[in-house]
Amino acid sequence: MKPGITKLGFVRSGALIAVLCIMTMHSTVAEIPLAERRSGYNLLSRETRAMQDDDTANPGMLWVLDGEALWRAKAGTAEKACADCHGDARETMKGVAARYPAFDPARGRPVDLEQRINICRSEQQKASPFAYESKDLLALTVYVARQSRGMPIEGTADERLKPFVDAGRALFTRRLGQLNLTCAQCHDDNWGRKLAGNPLPQAHPTGYPLYRLEWQTVGSLQRRLRNCLIGMRVEPYAYGSPEYVALETFLMWRARGLPVETPAVRP
Amino acid sequence: MARALINVPAKTKRGEVIAIKTLISHEMETGFRHSTIGVPIPRNIITSFVATYNKEEIFRAELFPAIAANPFITFYTVATESGTITFEWTGDNGFSATETAAITVE
Amino acid sequence: MDRHDGERRSRRGILKAAGALAAGCGAAMLVRPARATPASMQIAIRNVVGSAAVQQGKVTLDIPPLVENGSTVAVSVAVESPMTPTDYVKAIHIFTEKNPQPNVISIHLGPRAGRANVATRMRLVDTQKIVAIAELSNGSFWSDTADVIITLGACLEDVI
Repeated sequence: MKPGITKLGFVRSGALIAVLCIMTMHSTVAEIPLAERRSGYNLLSRETRAMQDDDTANPGMLWVLDGEALWRAKAGTAEKACADCHGDARETMKGVAARYPAFDPARGRPVDLEQRINICRSEQQKASPFAYESKDLLALTVYVARQSRGMPIEGTADERLKPFVDAGRALFTRRLGQLNLTCAQCHDDNWGRKLAGNPLPQAHPTGYPLYRLEWQTVGSLQRRLRNCLIGMRVEPYAYGSPEYVALETFLMWRARGLPVETPAVRP
Repeated sequence: MARALINVPAKTKRGEVIAIKTLISHEMETGFRHSTIGVPIPRNIITSFVATYNKEEIFRAELFPAIAANPFITFYTVATESGTITFEWTGDNGFSATETAAITVE
Repeated sequence: MDRHDGERRSRRGILKAAGALAAGCGAAMLVRPARATPASMQIAIRNVVGSAAVQQGKVTLDIPPLVENGSTVAVSVAVESPMTPTDYVKAIHIFTEKNPQPNVISIHLGPRAGRANVATRMRLVDTQKIVAIAELSNGSFWSDTADVIITLGACLEDVI
């Protein structure tokens, strides 16, 4: 299948070129006012919203069930389960996803939830870390994040995170890739308008890991960011890159106050 | 075992028509996709779903590749008596999964 | 298979593989196979219905007219019927016009269903027409159709 020649591909590259023309006219990048921030949930169709709202119809919940089993399973040479140290996740993991990525003093940088789980796995359970986007890592991450559902994203004033929020903001507002686009041009300046037939969200990571209809599976924020980069025709960073963690830190700070929706459903 | 989520109202009145929701994890590989070098990815789907209520069949579905991944099926049945509703999925490559739900009818 | 191996080793085969590799660097590339056509959908319907006439009515096919992503589309079918032991819906079938295969799902019911109403999620490869057919206990067939427009998100995994 040749890229750009199908009708849809032509429409899409045409739409992107049109967007590009509009964007070269506006060169100011304006942050969305706090009161106007909305989750991508508001752009969903009635049916997709119903999928997210009903726990017995939300495919992401299947991964939550898997995560619950993994939480209680002994692993590694230390023969420890997450539950052995952390007890009942419904109590101990409440609020965790709302304040991640969090600063790790031992590493002098923030780590996201997937990295934190792998750190526990290798350092405490003495087991090999899960691969990025593996079913097990996604299941555990979505199970932990689910415990914060409904809670507002913290975006704390942790001073140690400030340089990383700034690094993330720099990436968000830098022109990248073959189309010379910045994330901000779509998600700060043109949210709500249509691109290739679909409305642009403000891009708040309120529901990760989430079930993306496009993937037909649960995926992490890093996977979604890779999709963004590929869409912008940018060489994507490798999983676990500091660029992703900086972006995640910035995006969570940008989404402060919005409630956690994990596991969300998105098209 | 594949994960499944079943929603059966726990308590119902005799003769009431109840909705049953079922969701099971399965990739439902269509058999129409190819890898990046053109090798076809073989079909791997759930082909059949049967629900029985105290051993009597109340619902049967034949699924084709057009059913989305993680098949979700909602159907109705009359709450006749207390007992067990059993759900069975079978598919390609010997796939088989069974779930049960208790139902109390007053 | 042998023919494939020979092809791959030949210059044309190598160029084809390289082209395919360059075109789709994602996990799996969707190469559009032979699609069903309105004619093949009619054949699939005939297989189920036989020579009986299919009448419009009694069936309500509920599907969103515009869909964000064709990979998971909520669809429901409701059939007017008292669902008594003498007058009930025996089967409900859903067909598509342009998916690689015309059949979507075939459901078998009985009076114990109480209500001839079923919902599921299906895949739609492109903007097309969907048909739902119900078979009643008296041997008659009823149908409803719906048109669905499929859009596609802007930032996906594969470069299409």
